[in-house]
Amino acid sequence: MTDTTQAASPGAPKRRSIWKSLEIDPRLLGMIGAFILIALIFNMLTGGRFLTPRNIFNLTIQTVSVAIMATGMVFIIVTRHIDLSVGALLATCSAVMAMMQTDWLLGLGFELGHPALPWIAIGAGLVVGTLIGAFQGYLAGYQGIPAFIVTLGGLLVWRNVAWYLTNGQTIGPLDETYVAFGGIQGTLGTTWSWVVGLIAVAAALLALMSARRNKVAHGFHVKPLWAEGVVAGLIAIGILGFVWILTSYEIPQRVLERDFEAAGRVLPEGYTASYGLPFSVLVLIAVAVVMTVIATRTRLGRYIFAAGGNPDAAELSGINIRFLTVKVFAILGALCAISAVVASARLANHTNDIGTLDELRVIAAAVIGGTALSGGIGTIYGAILGALIMQSLQSGMAMMGVDAPFQNIVVGGVLVLAVWIDIQYRKWTGEGK
Amino acid sequence: MTTPLVELKNISIAFGGIQAVDDVSIDLMPGEVVGLLGHNGAGKSTLIKILSGAYRMDSGEIRINGEKVEINSTRDARRHNIETIYQTLALADNLDAASNLFLGRELVNALGLVDDAKMEAETRKIMARLNPNFKKITEPVSALSGGQRQSVAIARAVYFNAKILIMDEPTAALGVHETQMVADLIKELKAQGLGIFLISHDTREMLDLCDRVSVMKNGQLVGTERVEDVTEDDILSMIILGKNPRDKAVA
Repeated sequence: MTDTTQAASPGAPKRRSIWKSLEIDPRLLGMIGAFILIALIFNMLTGGRFLTPRNIFNLTIQTVSVAIMATGMVFIIVTRHIDLSVGALLATCSAVMAMMQTDWLLGLGFELGHPALPWIAIGAGLVVGTLIGAFQGYLAGYQGIPAFIVTLGGLLVWRNVAWYLTNGQTIGPLDETYVAFGGIQGTLGTTWSWVVGLIAVAAALLALMSARRNKVAHGFHVKPLWAEGVVAGLIAIGILGFVWILTSYEIPQRVLERDFEAAGRVLPEGYTASYGLPFSVLVLIAVAVVMTVIATRTRLGRYIFAAGGNPDAAELSGINIRFLTVKVFAILGALCAISAVVASARLANHTNDIGTLDELRVIAAAVIGGTALSGGIGTIYGAILGALIMQSLQSGMAMMGVDAPFQNIVVGGVLVLAVWIDIQYRKWTGEGK
Repeated sequence: MTTPLVELKNISIAFGGIQAVDDVSIDLMPGEVVGLLGHNGAGKSTLIKILSGAYRMDSGEIRINGEKVEINSTRDARRHNIETIYQTLALADNLDAASNLFLGRELVNALGLVDDAKMEAETRKIMARLNPNFKKITEPVSALSGGQRQSVAIARAVYFNAKILIMDEPTAALGVHETQMVADLIKELKAQGLGIFLISHDTREMLDLCDRVSVMKNGQLVGTERVEDVTEDDILSMIILGKNPRDKAVA
């Protein structure tokens, strides 16, 4: 929903404050503000270790898996459902993909290291995740079993299906190509990171421009050009700043030595290289873009939000709510499979406890990101920021040496606090429940 | 005699053991307003939901312009230019007026993506006609007053060229001024040749707006009368006693 105010009425240009002219979602600003505050506080408390390129890199790759699933959880919660099975579903997908790579396919004309192996495994994982998600959606949508119960059952079922498939063993090492999706094992390097960064900036500017042109074409109010420029500038600084930080994280000399040795060469004197953007982050960005387009620019997204706001109205408008439920659960299932790739690749192994308690982190990320459990309200970027805030708290406290129990106590408290602030904000602005 | 716009013939529907609508037949001519009256639970809304596609009848027949039609979903009803304004307004509170107006029939661009700007422009156009004071096009409809919300619901029916309009308690949640606005609009739409089924509890309002009224009780049709032939008292006794006083007079 665009945030144009009454001043959209033609011929009545009121005087607008600078903030109003910028037309940035205040909730987005609030979340970014909270994140920056958390980062600065931890940076102070850890003596400057929190805001180093290295830690930001780690923080980013640790967030990816939960953030990917959180974007799907937004759709689930917006349609007034819940999914408690995401961690377990991730484990089942991970188990299937690991077994495909290391066991099941090996007798069938594939040997370890076959170039097609990781891709077949990922494809199978996606199919499994999507089908399981769709099945749970069918039970909730067509059979009327509350999603809470369906996915509570699913939590037990899929966790133990994963266990059964792998006999509870750690499966690995996984294929090298596959492992490149994990984070530090697969990065773009300096040059390509900048290329991707510049392409992203160009795409963002184009999107802004075409949106503006469309509004002008219909004779709508548009924000002043300077405000558009400021927003564009902030986006560009954000993207390029992120690339700059990640490309400042240099690969340690001993790792370079090892790599060169493996290639049969000697490390030249004074040679340095940087990690740059991890592939896993590119996957998250792709997911975020696709999910945002679905949420805001497609009929499917419109129906998801309509069904969450007033299921009866949606039904009377000819929207098939039951099938919609299957679709949103299938989407989350597919995202669980993508998260499973990232999570198991990061460990280079499938482990029996992979994804444990992820359901809670994912729900918390969506909720901290402003998704209302009463349905109808939520954003994709919010969920991703929510995941980032949760992960920052966790790893910041770990860096400070806070005991594990206290870490969890704080994270739990923050979850409740964040929702309370959101409710107060909505009351204050008179928006929704 | 011209063909009726809508003929509902011998319509019946039961929920569990309850016969909600029992062998009811009514019709509607172009440019006519037919009122449905009765107690809560008399079956008015159920009957009308069969025509709007929300319920499927057990038996009976629906004819539109003399042709038998199958209406199994709200989409079917819309194909026959039947639009419904529900008692509960059927708006998604979290979406803006434009999204609600086009809900289920979004305008899309060449890429198949929802074209919000176009829908907003169309909404502005229709609102300028129906309710010129309406400005909150891009705010969630939860921020609107009852009358403004009703405007959105009515705009939806008008925009998609309804030929047959069903209004279920359109003024129940409205103030005096807004009620008058809806009444004026009904008269205007009627003048354009639309057929309107109107459900209301307000007998006086019904006598003012309708050409004919049909009274239902316990799922059955008590009778249909031209408004100039009956008094408010006649109507009330039909509603309460379930008997048509004129039947006695004739007998």
